[in-house]
Amino acid sequence: MVVGSSGSVGGSDRRSWTFFALLALFCVYMAFLYGPMAVIYVLSFQGENGGVTFPMTGFSLVWFADIWLPGQMANIPESFNRSIALAATVSVLSTVMAVAAGLAFRRNFPGSAFIFYLAVASLVMPSLLVGFGIGLGFRLLDLKPSIFTSALGAQLTWTLPFGLLAMFAVVNRFNRAWEEAATDLGASSWQKLRYVTLPILAPGIIGVAMGAFTLSYDEYARTTLTVGPKNTLPLEIYALISSASSPTLFAIGTLTTTVSFLIIGLTVLMVLRLQRRRLAATMKSG
Amino acid sequence: MQQAIGATNKAWPSMRWSRPRLPLWVVSWLQAGPLALVLFVLFALPTFLFLIVSFFDYDRTGIYPAFMLDNYHDLVNSPATIRVYLSSLKFAFIVWAVTLVVGFCVAWFLIHHVRSGTIRTVLFLLCAIPFWTSGIIRTIAWIPFLGRNGAFNQMLIEFRFTEHPLEFLLFSDFSVIISYVNLFTLLMIGPIANSMAKIDPALLEAARDAGASRWRTMVDVVIPLSKTGIALGSILVFTQVMGDFFVVKAMSGGQSASVVSALSVEIQAMQYPPAAANSMVLVVFTAIMVAGMMKVVDVRKELVK
Repeated sequence: MVVGSSGSVGGSDRRSWTFFALLALFCVYMAFLYGPMAVIYVLSFQGENGGVTFPMTGFSLVWFADIWLPGQMANIPESFNRSIALAATVSVLSTVMAVAAGLAFRRNFPGSAFIFYLAVASLVMPSLLVGFGIGLGFRLLDLKPSIFTSALGAQLTWTLPFGLLAMFAVVNRFNRAWEEAATDLGASSWQKLRYVTLPILAPGIIGVAMGAFTLSYDEYARTTLTVGPKNTLPLEIYALISSASSPTLFAIGTLTTTVSFLIIGLTVLMVLRLQRRRLAATMKSG
Repeated sequence: MQQAIGATNKAWPSMRWSRPRLPLWVVSWLQAGPLALVLFVLFALPTFLFLIVSFFDYDRTGIYPAFMLDNYHDLVNSPATIRVYLSSLKFAFIVWAVTLVVGFCVAWFLIHHVRSGTIRTVLFLLCAIPFWTSGIIRTIAWIPFLGRNGAFNQMLIEFRFTEHPLEFLLFSDFSVIISYVNLFTLLMIGPIANSMAKIDPALLEAARDAGASRWRTMVDVVIPLSKTGIALGSILVFTQVMGDFFVVKAMSGGQSASVVSALSVEIQAMQYPPAAANSMVLVVFTAIMVAGMMKVVDVRKELVK
C-alpha cells in the first residue's frame, strides 16, 4: 500500500528537495525527543558518589538498587504495582465503554451531539480541576477518596474521551459493507458483532486499550487530589522530585521506560500476529 | 415491552426477523450510555459542584453555604490573576505555534514522503515511544541536559560555539517552552497525520497537473483537507498548556506561575471557595477558546462521518 507519492515532478523516482528538508527536520525532532532521555538513561548508571548532573564519576547500579531499598521516603515498588493495577482497570473499562460508544456514533442518534460535546469538554478541562471537583464531591458526601474509587473515576474522565476520539478514527476506516454482507447471510446482530465487526476492528481496539493504559499509568494531575492515602507511581515520583534529587530518579525513569517498552513490544507483536493470522486466513479462503 | 418497541422500528424494513428488534436509538444509547453516564457523574456534576462552591463563604476552619460574589470580586480585582493568565496565554500561544509547525511538517513527512508502510509505522512508533515514559521524568530530563554544566552546554563549548556556558537555557521561559514542545508535539502529529492520511493522492497529482506549485498545493489542497487534525491538535495542545501546573513549576525555577499552579496553591491551603471561583473562570475561559476553535472547523462533522 503506497499512500505517499514522491512529490517529485513527473513521477520519477528522484526525491525532491522538500523531502530532504523534511527528513532533516525529522532527524532534528528525533534528536530533540531522545536527547534528554538519553542523558537520563546514561546518568541513571552514575557512579556511587556522583550527582544528578555530569560528569559521570563512574559506573554503578546502586541507584537501581536504591529503588528497592526500604526506608526511602517513597515506596516505589508498591506504588508501581498500584499504578499497573489501576492502569489495567482503567484500560479495560475505557476500552469497553469507548468501543461501544464508538460503534453507536456510526449512527446519528438523538443525544449524540450532547455526548460528543460532553466528551470534548471532559477532555479539555484542566486536569487538576477534574480532580478538584471529584475531591470536593467526595468531601461533601463524606466519602474517603481512594485509588479504585475517586482516582479511577478521575482518570476515566481523561481516558474515555481519548478512547472515543481514537474510536472515531478506527470506525472511519471500517467498511460497513462487511456488516451488510453478514446480515444478508443471516447473521444475528450479536453474531455480526462477535464474528465480523470486532475482529476487523481488533487492531484499533488494542490501540485504544494501550492508549488508555499508558494515559492512566502516567497520569498525575487528575489523580493527585483524588488518590487518597496511597500514591500511584507518578505521584511518588512527583513527591521525590520536590523532596530529593539523586540519580535514583533517573534510575526510576530508565526502569519505567523499559517496562513501557516491554508492554509496547508485546502489543505490537500481538497486532502483528493478528494481522498475519488474518492474512493467512484470507490466503486460504481466497 | 420489547415487542412494543420493536413494532416502531422503521430502520429495518425487511421483516424476516423473527425476534423483535430494539429501535436503533435505544441500541445507540445502550452502547454510548455507559460512557455518557460516567462522564456526566464524574465530570459534569463535579464541575457544577464547584460552580456552587465558588459562591460559598469560608474561613480557616471550613466552608459555609452562602451566595456571595466576593470570591469572584477578589479574583478579578487581583493583579496577580491578570499576570498569571497573561503568562499562561503567552506560553500557550508560543507552544501552539511551534508544535503546529513542527507537528504539521513531521506529519506531512511521515504520510506523504515515507513510501513504505512498515517504515512509516516504525517512524510513528519512534515519535510515540517517549510518550510512554512518565511526563514528569521527561520534564526533569531537561535539567541535566540544559543546566549550566549540562550536556548541551558542554557540547557547545566542545565545538567552540561559546566560551562560557549559556545561562538562559535552564530555569527560564526558554526551558519551560522547550519542555512543553517536547511533551505535546505528538498531540499535534497524531490528529494531523490522521487527517492527511485520508487525502486522496490523486488530488495532489491533479493539482500538480493543473500547474500548481508545491506551495500552492500545500496551501490550497493539503492544509484545507487537514484542518480537522489541525483544529483537534490545537485544542489538545492549547488546553494541555493552559491546564499545566507541573512543568511551569519545575522548569521555570519558580520564576513563572501558571493559572493552575496558582490554583493548586489555593487548594493546598484549603481555600476551596476562592479556588472554585478561580476554576470557574478558567473553565469558562478555556471553553470560550475551544468553542472558538471548533467554530472555525466543525470537528464533529469531520470526525463522525
